[in-house]
Amino acid sequence: MGLPPMIVELGHFCLILALFVAIIQSTVPLLGARRGQVGWMAVGRSCAIAEFLLIALSMAALVHAYVTSDFSVINVVQNSHTDKPLLYKISGVWGNHEGSMLLWVFMLSLCAGAVAVFSDNLPPALRARVLAVQGMIGVGFLLFILFTSNPFLRAPIPPPNGRGLNPVLQDPGLAFHPPFLYLGYVGFSVAFAFAVAALIEGKVDAAWARWVRPWTLASWCALTIGIAMGSWWAYYTLGWGGWWFWDPVENASFMPWLAGTALIHSSIVVEKRDTLKTWTILLAIVTFSLSLVGTFLVRSGVLTSVHAFATDPARGTFILLLLLVAIGGSLVLYAVRAPKLQGGGLFAPVSREGALVLNNLLLSCGCATVFLGTLYPLFLDAMDGPKLSVGYPFFNRTFVPLMAPMIVAVGIGPLLAWKRGDLLGALQRLWVAYIVAALAALAIFYVTYGGPVLAVLGITIAVWLAVAVITEWAERVALFRVPLAASVRRAINLPRAAYGMSCAHFGLAVFVAGVSASAFSQEAIEVLRVGGTMRLAAYELQLQRMDRIAGPNYQADRATIRITSNGAEVALVYPERRFFPLQQQTTGETAIRTNFMADLYLALGEADATGNWTVRAYWKPLVPWIWIGAVIMAFGGLVSLSDRRWRIGAAARARRGAAPVPAAGE
Amino acid sequence: MRRLITLLPVGVFLVLAGYLALALRPGHDPHELPSAMIDQEAPAFDLASLRVSGRLARDGLKGQPTVINFFASWCVPCRQEHPLLMRLANSGTVRLYGIAYKDKPEDSTRFLDQLGDPYRGIGVDRDGRTGLDFGVYGVPETYVLDAVGHIRKRFVGPLTAAAVDKELLPLLRQLGGS
Repeated sequence: MGLPPMIVELGHFCLILALFVAIIQSTVPLLGARRGQVGWMAVGRSCAIAEFLLIALSMAALVHAYVTSDFSVINVVQNSHTDKPLLYKISGVWGNHEGSMLLWVFMLSLCAGAVAVFSDNLPPALRARVLAVQGMIGVGFLLFILFTSNPFLRAPIPPPNGRGLNPVLQDPGLAFHPPFLYLGYVGFSVAFAFAVAALIEGKVDAAWARWVRPWTLASWCALTIGIAMGSWWAYYTLGWGGWWFWDPVENASFMPWLAGTALIHSSIVVEKRDTLKTWTILLAIVTFSLSLVGTFLVRSGVLTSVHAFATDPARGTFILLLLLVAIGGSLVLYAVRAPKLQGGGLFAPVSREGALVLNNLLLSCGCATVFLGTLYPLFLDAMDGPKLSVGYPFFNRTFVPLMAPMIVAVGIGPLLAWKRGDLLGALQRLWVAYIVAALAALAIFYVTYGGPVLAVLGITIAVWLAVAVITEWAERVALFRVPLAASVRRAINLPRAAYGMSCAHFGLAVFVAGVSASAFSQEAIEVLRVGGTMRLAAYELQLQRMDRIAGPNYQADRATIRITSNGAEVALVYPERRFFPLQQQTTGETAIRTNFMADLYLALGEADATGNWTVRAYWKPLVPWIWIGAVIMAFGGLVSLSDRRWRIGAAARARRGAAPVPAAGE
Repeated sequence: MRRLITLLPVGVFLVLAGYLALALRPGHDPHELPSAMIDQEAPAFDLASLRVSGRLARDGLKGQPTVINFFASWCVPCRQEHPLLMRLANSGTVRLYGIAYKDKPEDSTRFLDQLGDPYRGIGVDRDGRTGLDFGVYGVPETYVLDAVGHIRKRFVGPLTAAAVDKELLPLLRQLGGS
């Protein structure tokens, strides 16, 4: 063959070239902004776009190597196999350390490229500085990839076939989980870059907040979807019905989410009221720092986790240095510059600002709790204490109580006015919510009498929040207070950001209901022989037959289980146990039957010597709402993102002056 | 005052970075799943032998390093691991004993007739008592015992060629078993 074998080298060279472009991007525009040289500042834009194209080419080269099963590349040998379905050949690219780091910088360059393209309304100096900061992050990670985790290294003697991908990762849910997660993580680098640029300039104003918010929102949406996908995958793959394990790697993605959620709220205050600036800057730095720390925790292998990638102390050391430079550097800059930032408007404790501050306090405390719980084993271990892991009990006792008042605040906050709110009035306007929640509580308590009381409380709060969100919307459109036509007109004129907020908060209510109701789930574990039956909740399950089937790269024992309710057939489901000879690993393939109000969840266990199969079955009411809620939240973010306010420049807004369009959040 | 507050984040971060650096110190592996039994005396067992009369007991194995493999005829990964055990047995340097975990003796026998018998002796752990004492959480599991009968290493799940070459054999050499 002539050209094709060169493609890998081409990808490799593109990556090296991208490093040099990133070095230029991180220096020249910065100097240009300092000296006020327009030409130098403009370099940032072209560099960011060039870097994106180079890394995209590099990524494409690696994908090509995977798709064509080029076993002269060590990374492909270690993680792919000719028998693997195409989807997993592609997702195998980021199913390993080296490839996932390449995906990481690809996302980073995508964000920087997007900033470069969509920043026409940004002052040139700010744009140059933002792109320079992004360039610096790029330099750090490109160096990391090229020196410690190069996916393009060739194998001296290409083996005939590869080692395949961990079977647990061969799943459509997981194929798309990392790209979303990384887009979220890395997207926060934009907010970080904006924060650092603002500190360099020494100026933070409402316009700054308006530029940062859409980027933060977009990353937040991606992260929400990414985390939800990961949790969904764990739910249906790991086979015991859990959906969140407080595993260090999960926490590593949850911490930036909490901080990012705080950030999108505090930046509202900066935008509307020109205050909380130093706090918002700090949050922007912290959010991305937590993404970086998360990367460190996952990559360095300092914590034991079910997700652990192949680890290497050299990589850990490198990332630690990167953390020191990026986080340490930005925090030092913060310590020097933040005291000089001018504070803005004052507000009473009971006000919209006050509610947002409360939101920030609770989210930050929640984030700190998760952080402590995650790193506690590491702290102990560093002092040669006992090895232990912090699990469910800790987080349930500390994190959950912190979030309960938060949910109440979510219901009340939007009803408070800016500057000085009327708490009593807001509470009174929620009378419908109390009635509906009380009725719901009575009904649920009656149905589940003798069950967990806290779960009833959780669902009650969720119902209350859902009604409170609707009430707030009804107030805005003056439903029943003005003629219906007028209300409809108001509803149409309501900014998208307002709908986004309502939607996201409503999603939270759905999520909380799903989480609370999981306490009512029932389970049954029985050893069945073919033809045997078991009961679960209102259903009867019969193991009708067992088949040995062959998949593309595995053999499976497939059970056919008939679900009936009062004699009527509900469904036939097929849980499997798959054995992957290449990795000598067995995975379970659960069967989930959902009607969106409850899941019937079936997992097939091992067979014993006499051909009896262990069947684990769970009935989980409202559990699908956990993910539905997360999707609604992310959708709310997208709706808010489509608000026209983000697309028109600050200048246009100023010109509009006292236009009658109500700004979002008012 | 304001100055001090803004210095706080850097301070917190530096402390954290210190801990992270400590966690990276050489010779420190957080992944080692420390079996509670490591370096302790193996639980006592005294099991009927499979196929031959006599018994397989812990105290009878002392004197030389020993590898104990928990297996069962109904376990698919055991079949996959089997060729590796045969290789170990054929090398003649490893004292490999088996414990048939929760398995009917006739099934174990058929299993070994089909695939070959790599073990110098096999104990029948019909009710899984011995497995429970060892803390086995699924077959196959493999334990390395030193000459005085202390557990030195535990392999959870099927052995792999890499685990055998890089961990099991070097450990046995170190214990003076070959």
